[in-house]
Amino acid sequence: MIKMKLVIIGNGMVGHRFIDDFIEKANLDEYEITVFCEEPRVAYDRVHLSSYFSHHTADELSLVKDGFYAKHSIKVLLGERAISINRQEKVIYSQTGRVVNYDKLIMATGSYPWVPPIKGNEGPDCFVYRTIEDLDAIESSARRSQVGVVVGGGLLGLEAAGALKALGIETHVVEFSSVLMAEQLDAQGGQMLRDKIENIGVKVHTSKNTQEIVRGGGNARNTMKFADGTSLEVDLIVFSTGIRPQDKLAQQCGLKIGARGGVAINNQCKTSDNDVYAIGECASWEDKLFGLVAPGYNMAKVAVDDILGRENVFSGADLSAKLKLLGVDVASIGDANGRTPNSKSYVYLNEQESVYKRIVVSEDGKQLLGAVLVGDTESYSDLLQYKLNNIELPKHPDTLILPAYSGSGKVALGVDALPDSAQVCSCFDVKKSDIADAVVAGHCTIEALKIETGAGTGCGGCIPLITQLLNAELSKQGVEIKNHICKHFEYSRQELYHLIRIEKIKTFKELLGKYGKGYGCEVCKPTVGSILASCWNEYILSSEHNSLQETNDAFLGNMQKDGTYSVIPRMAGGEVTAEGLAVIAQVALQYDLYTKITGAQRIALFGAHKSDLPAIWQQLINAGFETGQAYAKALRMVKTCVGSNWCRYGVQDSVGFGVELEHRYKGLRTPHKMKFGVSGCTRECAEAQSKDVGIIATDTGWNLYVCGNGGMKPTHASLLASDLNKETLLKYLDRFMMFYVRTADKLTRTSVWLQNLEGGIDYLHDVIVNNKLGINNQLEAEMATSIASYKCEWKATLNNEAQLQRFAHFINSDKQDDNVVFIPQRGQKRPAFHQEKVSIYNIHLEKSE
Amino acid sequence: MSNWIGVCTLEKIIPGTGICALVENKQVAIFRPDLSEIVYAISNMDPFAHSNVLSRGIICEHDGQYWVASPLKKQRFNLVDGHCLEDKNVFVDVYKTRIVEENVEVCIS
Repeated sequence: MIKMKLVIIGNGMVGHRFIDDFIEKANLDEYEITVFCEEPRVAYDRVHLSSYFSHHTADELSLVKDGFYAKHSIKVLLGERAISINRQEKVIYSQTGRVVNYDKLIMATGSYPWVPPIKGNEGPDCFVYRTIEDLDAIESSARRSQVGVVVGGGLLGLEAAGALKALGIETHVVEFSSVLMAEQLDAQGGQMLRDKIENIGVKVHTSKNTQEIVRGGGNARNTMKFADGTSLEVDLIVFSTGIRPQDKLAQQCGLKIGARGGVAINNQCKTSDNDVYAIGECASWEDKLFGLVAPGYNMAKVAVDDILGRENVFSGADLSAKLKLLGVDVASIGDANGRTPNSKSYVYLNEQESVYKRIVVSEDGKQLLGAVLVGDTESYSDLLQYKLNNIELPKHPDTLILPAYSGSGKVALGVDALPDSAQVCSCFDVKKSDIADAVVAGHCTIEALKIETGAGTGCGGCIPLITQLLNAELSKQGVEIKNHICKHFEYSRQELYHLIRIEKIKTFKELLGKYGKGYGCEVCKPTVGSILASCWNEYILSSEHNSLQETNDAFLGNMQKDGTYSVIPRMAGGEVTAEGLAVIAQVALQYDLYTKITGAQRIALFGAHKSDLPAIWQQLINAGFETGQAYAKALRMVKTCVGSNWCRYGVQDSVGFGVELEHRYKGLRTPHKMKFGVSGCTRECAEAQSKDVGIIATDTGWNLYVCGNGGMKPTHASLLASDLNKETLLKYLDRFMMFYVRTADKLTRTSVWLQNLEGGIDYLHDVIVNNKLGINNQLEAEMATSIASYKCEWKATLNNEAQLQRFAHFINSDKQDDNVVFIPQRGQKRPAFHQEKVSIYNIHLEKSE
Repeated sequence: MSNWIGVCTLEKIIPGTGICALVENKQVAIFRPDLSEIVYAISNMDPFAHSNVLSRGIICEHDGQYWVASPLKKQRFNLVDGHCLEDKNVFVDVYKTRIVEENVEVCIS
């Protein structure tokens, strides 16, 4: 069979999306696919480019899973540029001299940053902001700089300014027009944005026409000279003055070019050549260029469908956007400037809280034409739906932007008002009906919907709307949505926590009497048991608390499938002495235990009979060990790399710090288990960013990451604060831990907790660092009490004769459970499977007969 | 004829918890939901995992009835008739109990 040769030039976000979509829809056996990728790495997420500065791994931004292209037999020419095309012969020539034939060609060459023709714009301190290489260059220049400037106050320019600010240098923004983000905002919105940005220390200069950049000329390395005679001394300059479609190849091979540049395409994304498509920022549709990723994704889909003979058309795109720039919420929809003839505007301005909102409506007041939101973008998704679906506005459209306390009876747009075809997620073109279908098919959480439909996995702006849709769909199905922990308490875990704290409730019985009903169950008992332990840190096996504990807590070990337990002593930071190892070996031999290194850098002994646990632990405690709490929903351990004591690369003592942290927080009962990691340098050998708390050494202190997770749904931890000294870091951690204990739902890991926390990491940062809720002293005090009252649970249990009696398997016999049977394996043992036990048991029976 | 066998004194069972007793070579899980003198007895074997663990489960109440949740995978078994809430086809054996002069007695035959 002759395969069709498909060649894609360009491996940016849109080029990759094309391949992704093609793989999903086409029978790959029929195609031979080649990709030109000019950059030294395959497609990555340019939208979140500035996050590169906070974690410094290109992998993190990558859109392509390792081995993905190879798996689908796609040939990627990395670092290779196509330099000319012969359309008659259907061949492409690359800069290495390679010749590649094609049957169908897709141009996804993107765009390039346009730098205005200012004298001196090519100096060594001038940069653009487009690729990871650009960012590396900016960062290394910033290390030698005090002052940086971004030329261009548009969306990307402000993004770049945010990056300079984060690199710790004095940041200026120079804009040619009189308003920031003139494309998206009106004058007043632009002014509000400017005020907010200046408040955080970025200096903004509007109506400035840069004429020349001169080397030296003052204290800084360069001086910018403006047309109005003023000047500005700066060390480094980043140009963000717009992008231009990369259409050089198209021009060279004679394809039709749009009026404002870009390869002209029709509704099927075909160029003037039937066998050549153009998609993304390099394409010009009806002489319009699209500098956002969503329309590019849409074009990619249309081109795939056309090649496969499916019907689909590109019909333009909505350029509405909601963003956070330099910490300021900004959103723009449609005709933000009210340029439609006879349109009317409603404006809300609150200078006290720096909020500006404007909606532009049609002459008859029935249709929304556009909107600008600065400082508060909560109404964005509702407004966008009004616009996209031409939903008739309420009688008083201004109610849509007035604050709730105005008592205007704000009409929230019910999701029922949306047509089934309403686009909910514009990044991945997911419709209301797609969400509804997915819920009906059983995907009943936001996480499940994200995986199933892709909705909410791009910019995330539609998540509130998806949540509403999910809830509406569930209530249609008769599912009542409440977060009561169970039938015995009509309260959420968070509410119970507050009741217990505030009313100083010390027992389950007291709580049940005051706020619950019935007897309690397997859900509320351990939940309340855990809250009581978090709050008061009393001995969990006292007669009042014993009946609340899961078996793991009740017998201070992890029950395994055959009813035996594991024994895991604490090895803080993964350290263990030779003497300690010898004792563990001795115990393992004496009780014939299976021995394994756990994923948590410690040693576990498996297969211990409940009745042997006290004797085993007595030996371990005599040797200086203490409980590792591997059975508890609590801090499990702190994983550390070797750190600066031994490692050639380490910059801080990660083991020492890890040991200190583990001892500080050990034993505190949390809503779910917690794992920490401490790495001694940015090589990150402790994999701290996959932990609930990850700490990474820097030259000057420690970076604190939170809410990561390995396990079922790996989540990268988010940076909470950088370059902290130990004292500050401990303070933040105390607050973070207690805030999580306070507010998380039962059995919710920190990653999921953060996902559901309204406002996300920014809100968490506000709470922990800026004391937004004013509770930080309280959180620290609560933690101090908990730390001071730590006791090793095994030590306490061994000193308590009544407790020890509970460990016998039978209350009326010294025998052990004869159903616990082991089979030899790899020099150790494992529990017998049920079938194996049956045959062993039968042999016993035969022998005894 | 019923064969009542004494197991232990009532105060040996912490209210709200269960214990395991060896009665005529059978492992019996005995539960004491509260301070009162009412106790329940079922087989100690979790029929899903084939492990002797039920006495170590949490006692719970659903719809006015007492159950125990297996400590392994949380299936719940009715303390009165032994049926499983998660799977109607699964049962555990239940045994009669009584308290005689502070002593817990079980009858398994």
